[in-house]
Amino acid sequence: MIRFQHVYKEYPRSGLVLQDVSLFVGKGEFIFLTGPSGAGKSSLLKLIYMEELPTKGDVWVSGVRSKGVKRKEVAKLRRKLGVVFQDFRLLEDRTAEANVAFALEVIDAPRSAIQPKVARALAQVGLAAKGTSMPREMSGGEQQRVAIARALVNDPFVLVADEPTGNLDERATRGVFQLLRDINASGTAVVMATHNLELVRRSGYRTIEINRGQVVFDSGDGDRAKKVEVLA
Amino acid sequence: MRLALRETMIGFRRAPMLSVLSITTIAFSLFAFGLFSLVAVNIRKTLGEVESRVEIRAFLADGTPVEVVSAAMGDIGAFPEVSRVEYVSPDSALARARAELGEFKDVFESAFLPASIDIRMREGHRDPETLKTIAGRIKSFEFVDDVRYGEDWVDKLYRIRNVATAAGLVLGLAFAAVAVIIIGATIRMAVMARAREISIMRLVGATDAFIRRPFLIDGFLKGILGGLLALGLTWFASQVISHNFIQTAFFSRGLASLGLLGGAMIGVVGSSLSVGRHLRKV
Ligand SMILES: Nc1ncnc2c1ncn2[C@@H]1O[C@H](COP(=O)(O)OP(=O)(O)O)[C@@H](O)[C@H]1O
Ligand SMILES: [Mg+2]
Repeated sequence: MIRFQHVYKEYPRSGLVLQDVSLFVGKGEFIFLTGPSGAGKSSLLKLIYMEELPTKGDVWVSGVRSKGVKRKEVAKLRRKLGVVFQDFRLLEDRTAEANVAFALEVIDAPRSAIQPKVARALAQVGLAAKGTSMPREMSGGEQQRVAIARALVNDPFVLVADEPTGNLDERATRGVFQLLRDINASGTAVVMATHNLELVRRSGYRTIEINRGQVVFDSGDGDRAKKVEVLA
Repeated sequence: MRLALRETMIGFRRAPMLSVLSITTIAFSLFAFGLFSLVAVNIRKTLGEVESRVEIRAFLADGTPVEVVSAAMGDIGAFPEVSRVEYVSPDSALARARAELGEFKDVFESAFLPASIDIRMREGHRDPETLKTIAGRIKSFEFVDDVRYGEDWVDKLYRIRNVATAAGLVLGLAFAAVAVIIIGATIRMAVMARAREISIMRLVGATDAFIRRPFLIDGFLKGILGGLLALGLTWFASQVISHNFIQTAFFSRGLASLGLLGGAMIGVVGSSLSVGRHLRKV
C-alpha cells in the first residue's frame, strides 16, 4: 500500500521539512494526519501522490517506488489514487458533471464508459440531482463533494485529503466527514490531514501527529501496523 | 484527439486576439522568408540559364589539317565532362561575329578570324574548377593557339550564386528562429491561461503527452494557417513585381508545400518547446 522508509524532505529555501519519517498505511485504513500549521502535513501527502519526491529515503505507493520514478509512472499512479484539497480545485467554467468527467477524459477513458461512471460518482457523494450546476451555484460543502466525486470516479485504492473541511462550516464539515467514512467503509483507504482535533478525537481512527517534520505520535504504530502489513 | 481539437477550439474562442496575433506573426516571418526565397529562386533560375551557355573556345593554329582537328574533336568529345564539341570554320566565325555585332559588320568586311572548336560542358561540370582543368588539357594540344572560357565572369557568377544561397540559408534560419520564439511566446500565454486546468490534469493522472497534445495541434494549425497567409502574400508580391518590374517565377508546387510544412514545423517546435518548459516546472 503506502510505505515511508526514513524519508527526509528538504526544500531549497525552507530547509528540512520532513525528518526520518517512517510509516505504513494498510489496505482500507482511515488515518488522520494532524499537527500545527507548517508541520509538514501537506508535504507528507505530496510525497504520497508523488507531487514531490523525497530528498533521502524511499516512498512506496502501490508498488511504485519514489527512487528513479518516471513522470509517466507518476501519471499512471495518480489514476489509482484520489486527491482532494481545502480549496476544491474545480474548473469554474464547467458543470459539476463536466468536472467529474474531466478526470476520465484526460486519461483517454473510453467515451461510452464516462457517462455512467460520472453519474455513479455523483450519486455516491449525494449530488445526483446537481450534475448540471456550475461550481459558483453550489455551497462549499457541495463543491467539495464534487471534488470528492472527481477523486472517486476512477475507483482509487486510497483517497488523500489535505484539510478537506478547512473551508467549511460545521454542518458541511460533518457532512463531508461522514461521506469520507462511508467511502472508507466501502473499502477505500483514506489519509486525511486536518486541524479539527474534535473530529479526530471523536472518530477513534488511527492518528499520526507530526511536528516540525517529525512523527511525534502514531496511535496505530507498532504491532498493529505490522499486522495490517501482513494482511495486505 | 477529439478532446484535443475541442480544447484547441476553446482556446481560440477564449483568446481570439492572441490566436490571430500568433498566426499573423508566423505569416509575416514566413512572408519575409518567402520574399527572400523568391529572390533566391529567381537568381538561381537566371544563373542556371546563363550557365548553360558556358563554353570553352579553343582557337586553332592556322593551317591545321582537317584530319588532326577531327581526331582531336573525337578525343575531347570523349571527356566525361564534355557534352558537345563543335567545329567553327573561319567563315562561320566571321558570319557569327557579324550577326552578333550587326551595326559594326563593316568592320569585319575583310577581316580574318581563326577557326575554333567550341566545347559545351555537361551540367554539373560548369564550375570554374572543372573549366580550368579542361581548358588546360585542351591547351596542351599542339595546334591550339589559345583557349578562352571567360574565366573572370564564370568565377563571378559562381560567387554570386554561392553568396545568394548562403544568405538565403542564414536569413531563412534566422527568420525561422524568430518565428519559433514568437509562437513559443504565444503558446506560453495560452499555457499560462490554462495553468489551472493543466495542474488538475496532472493531478488526476494525465500524461505529459496528453497535456501537450492540444498545444501541439494548436501550434500545427497556426503554423499551417500562417504558412497559407504567407504564401498568399508572397504570391501577391510576385505578381506586383512581375507587372511593374521584371518577370518573376513563383515557387513550384513542391516548394510551396515545403513552405507550409515549414510553417507547421515552426508551430509544432515552438509550442512543444514552451509547453515542455512549463511541464518541467510543475
Ligand atoms: N514548495 C515549497 N518550497 C519551499 N518550502 C515549502 C514548500 N512547500 C512547503 N514548504 C515549507 O515546508 C514547511 C511545511 O509546509 P507544509 O507541508 O505545507 O505544512 P502543513 O501542511 O503541515 O502546514 C513550511 O515551512 C513551508 O513553508
Ligand atoms: Mg498544509
